[in-house]
Amino acid sequence: MVTRLRAEDLAFGYRGHEVGRDLDVELTTGEIVCLLGPNGCGKTTLFKTLLGLLPARGGRVLIDDMPIASLSRSEIAQRIAYVPQAHDAVFPFTVADMVLMGRTAHRGLFATPGMDDRARAREALEALGIGDLSDRDYTRISGGQRQLALVARAIAQDARLLVMDEPTASLDFGNQVQVLDRVMQLAGSGLGIIISTHNPDHALACATRVLVLHEGRLYADGAPLDVLTPALLRTIYGVEVGIEVLRDGARVCAPRYAARQ
Amino acid sequence: MGERSGALTTARITLLLVAVLVAIVALAAVTGPYPMTLDDVAVAIGARLGDGPSSGEVDTVLFAVRLPRIAAALLAGAALAAAGAVYQGLFRNPLVSPDILGVSAGAGLGAVTGIFLSLPVFAIQGFAFLGGLGTVALVYLLAGAVRHHEPTLVLVLAGVVVGSLAGACISLIKILADPYDQLPAITFWLLGSLSGIRSGDVLGATPAVIVGLVPLVLLRWRMNLMSLGDEEATALGIDPRRLRLVFVAAATLMTASVVAIAGIIGWVGLVIPHIARLMVGPNFDRLLPTAMLIGAGYMLLVDTMARTIATTETPLGVLTAFIGAPVFIWLLATRRRGW
Repeated sequence: MVTRLRAEDLAFGYRGHEVGRDLDVELTTGEIVCLLGPNGCGKTTLFKTLLGLLPARGGRVLIDDMPIASLSRSEIAQRIAYVPQAHDAVFPFTVADMVLMGRTAHRGLFATPGMDDRARAREALEALGIGDLSDRDYTRISGGQRQLALVARAIAQDARLLVMDEPTASLDFGNQVQVLDRVMQLAGSGLGIIISTHNPDHALACATRVLVLHEGRLYADGAPLDVLTPALLRTIYGVEVGIEVLRDGARVCAPRYAARQ
Repeated sequence: MGERSGALTTARITLLLVAVLVAIVALAAVTGPYPMTLDDVAVAIGARLGDGPSSGEVDTVLFAVRLPRIAAALLAGAALAAAGAVYQGLFRNPLVSPDILGVSAGAGLGAVTGIFLSLPVFAIQGFAFLGGLGTVALVYLLAGAVRHHEPTLVLVLAGVVVGSLAGACISLIKILADPYDQLPAITFWLLGSLSGIRSGDVLGATPAVIVGLVPLVLLRWRMNLMSLGDEEATALGIDPRRLRLVFVAAATLMTASVVAIAGIIGWVGLVIPHIARLMVGPNFDRLLPTAMLIGAGYMLLVDTMARTIATTETPLGVLTAFIGAPVFIWLLATRRRGW
């Protein structure tokens, strides 16, 4: 089953403050779309608009060709899940409870999670390799573990599309690699994932397609190797970067530090 | 495995709390200026259940004075603790108490106005109830009129503003009130007391508390999602704006009906949900009943102290503050599990 998220001629932003416009964005199952752009270019605002958390300021967002505005919140949540940046919860919910909250869209207004929901949550935790954290307090695990727990919650939500807002930000190097690895596994299992990141290396590592947001417009959209050129990185980030090819064919960014020239 | 052991612990804690509550009720029933033993109490209750009331003094004291007061204390404690747990989750802030949106200030203004106009007791209670509900409704409307991407923040600020406005009006009435007749009544009411409770008060407030409790019980799972914030809750498939309205209305109804019969009793709704959270965690499914049990027991214990530690009644608000403040500081200093 293919699920497709499409934004047509989208303008997004807040009341009285348009952040971006003229965007056409598409995400289907099986893809990893990486959204790159400098700080403050509106990646989070765009994601919130794609999720229907903010109303589009122009154009429209469609899920499976249905306008998102015409769907109920639970209908949206059954198709598309949001993985926010790992955050501090105010209250010490257990990791299991946190993940169980992902099941809400599949249950009635007055329902509490049942045995099958618990089983689904446990599966999601196992799939991300953090089954042993189940009974720990969400407030007392590491940032990387929290990020994985939030991904597990999105998995438990049984949505075919995932929107991940800088899942690697504020994680140490090892956790960044682990999270990206899980993201690739999930796409391999048939989910569609759109992910924002500050690190073009992450796009080179995992993306099937790269979107570049610059000055409120979609500056580039295409395969990572076509899009991520030294010229583009100079325009977006204002620094000189070389793209190096490793022996195994993988590509990485190598910044040219001015002080070392 | 973990879940099951968690549920077992919760069951055990609940059982323990119920046992403690029963003990406090028994203690409260036999304590007071008219001495009676547990046997006397049992006999009097047996007589009522069987052949009709015995004519003794025990029956009068027990059924006209003590039991209504015990019931009122249980009701007030449970309702305030439940409302506190709701507001703390709703506003994602463990320092929030049930009067955050001005329900106490509004109810206070209503009651003080009633006392100032020398109205009968039931009218004063009615004024207090409507004042509390009206104030929160006003706060909600005001906050709704302000377009802002942080709706909870606007709601709290509107509550602070309207609450202090009501406080100013209360001060004004205090100045105008008769210092010998009305002012003591106003002051006593503003500090909270169950001394004037009649069984009719309890019968009047109970249905309102139950009506407030029903949506909390039904929507208890969704309450957990509310504490994640609007955006996350929305993305998980619920409608936080509508749910918030339901939760605020329910918690306000519970608080207002307690304030109407007992005056303003601070600290209970702030401290008790914390203690409950320490015992069973933040999952509202378990938090709600635990907080209500602890709140009921605590309030009854404090009220029993209020009517026995001195020859005159001590206002409840004074005792709950003297006990609540140090406990709260202790919680702050020693918290290990986060909130």
